[in-house]
Amino acid sequence: MINISEVLETNKMILEENLDVRTITMGISLLDCADSSLAKTCDGVRRKLERFAKNLVRTGDEIGREFGVPVVNKRISVTPVAVVGAACCRRSADFVRLAKALDRSAKELGVNFIGGYSAVVSKGMTPADEMLIRSIPDAMAATERVCSSVNVGSTKTGIDMDAVRLMGEIVKETAAKTKSRDSIGCAKLVVLCNAPDDNPFMAGAFHGVTEGDAVINVGVSGPGVVNYVLKSTCRGESFETLCETVKRTAFKITRVGQLVAQEASRRLGVPFGIIDLSLAPTPAVGDSVADILKEIGLEHPGAPGTTAALALLNDQVKKGGVMASSYVGGLSGAFIPVSEDQGMIDAVNAGALTIEKLEAMTCVCSVGLDMIAVPGDTPASSISGIIADEAAIGMVNQKTTAVRIIPVAGKREGENVEFGGLLGHAPVMKVSRFSCEKFIARRGRIPAPIHSFKN
Amino acid sequence: MDKAIITVVGKDTVGIIAKTSAYLARNAINILDISQTVVGGYFNMMMIVDASACDRPFDAIARGLSKLGAGMGLEIRCQKSEIFEKMHRV
Repeated sequence: MINISEVLETNKMILEENLDVRTITMGISLLDCADSSLAKTCDGVRRKLERFAKNLVRTGDEIGREFGVPVVNKRISVTPVAVVGAACCRRSADFVRLAKALDRSAKELGVNFIGGYSAVVSKGMTPADEMLIRSIPDAMAATERVCSSVNVGSTKTGIDMDAVRLMGEIVKETAAKTKSRDSIGCAKLVVLCNAPDDNPFMAGAFHGVTEGDAVINVGVSGPGVVNYVLKSTCRGESFETLCETVKRTAFKITRVGQLVAQEASRRLGVPFGIIDLSLAPTPAVGDSVADILKEIGLEHPGAPGTTAALALLNDQVKKGGVMASSYVGGLSGAFIPVSEDQGMIDAVNAGALTIEKLEAMTCVCSVGLDMIAVPGDTPASSISGIIADEAAIGMVNQKTTAVRIIPVAGKREGENVEFGGLLGHAPVMKVSRFSCEKFIARRGRIPAPIHSFKN
Repeated sequence: MDKAIITVVGKDTVGIIAKTSAYLARNAINILDISQTVVGGYFNMMMIVDASACDRPFDAIARGLSKLGAGMGLEIRCQKSEIFEKMHRV
């Protein structure tokens, strides 16, 4: 039988250490909504989303109240819209109409984000893919809750450099179109390599075509819990003790996610898909992955040893998590967004953390260069270069990588931007002033890497 | 609703158990186990209860207990027991 100290421990995690279930994301296939008429497609999308997700928010809140653990976000991911709209969209503006339809549904259903305004173009772009990509700036400016992602490469296909070049321009254009709100459109746009089909976390969530009709994926969180345990039991201890403690804590956190996922699946009548093990920070004090790195022994993230500490943390979280759930997927690792993690913001302000060091960190953790504000006059080719670098790391290391970068229109290095809410605030970071324009101007793709001679 | 865990946290005062158990009795909720401890000067009590005979929704009971606690300057939480079992048992 459960004893009082276990009960108090759980409640302390929830009440004092920010343990929560970060998101219940319902993946919904829209493949059967595709029609040659745009109006019919929009209508079909609305009806299908309503049919599956009308009780999502209420159920999520109910589960949260019954177990006494906050279920922070209830979200939806859909089939990449480039596929859904291929038959009915003749121009970019048609895709924007689909984006608006998704936004309306999200508001009606009460979900705070809907992901899947996406194109998967790892090897090449169809005309519909390209139209959707070109519509992203307008779609992000015209909608509030729609998240967009573009997968530009994979380990099996290589990197579509035409898409990388285009995305540099699209990111800039999206920043310009949402200039009045600190270029917030870019906070809802992510460029991925090896994007998973079952990721519950925004902005990169979409319901891949390999998935069933509908599925419940859950993202857990809990950096505050890990940090607290390390602080209270692991100072000066050996790596073995450190690893054991992180693993044990990740197990506990993940079990809560597993319970909530199974309960949500049962109550909504939608199959359970996966648990995403990611440690996801928020701007709240005490909910920071950077603080864990500091507790492990770094003055600031970015100090020598950061990559090793992060690799260790990421691996132990996975080892503890896979013991707690049989179905693990999504991004599963430690997130290191800058604007959403107070410890990362502090590290940038202290001069400890640069984009180049962040890039090194992404080699050993999910997911990539995330929520990084850069000067508004950064050339599109440099943004493409940064995307290409991240995609190359993902491609060669068989992992998911991503870039969510915000070239804040009108802002310079050292200034601050405020996105608000979960998206946080960030100092504008320095980008290398050296050009990669001629590299990015080349046409075609980078071939898939060799899968032998690992060095 | 079947098994639930009720926790009471706050400054010790007369009648905490009496009032809480009277509320549970009124709602046909059976107390299976009670344990208590003092952590950092605060009174901590845990009850394991069986609510299978209770016909009110879980939410209503949890809210009722929370209100009862507020009246005594205490925090009373009522949670389904699975969250603790899943977290602490392999």
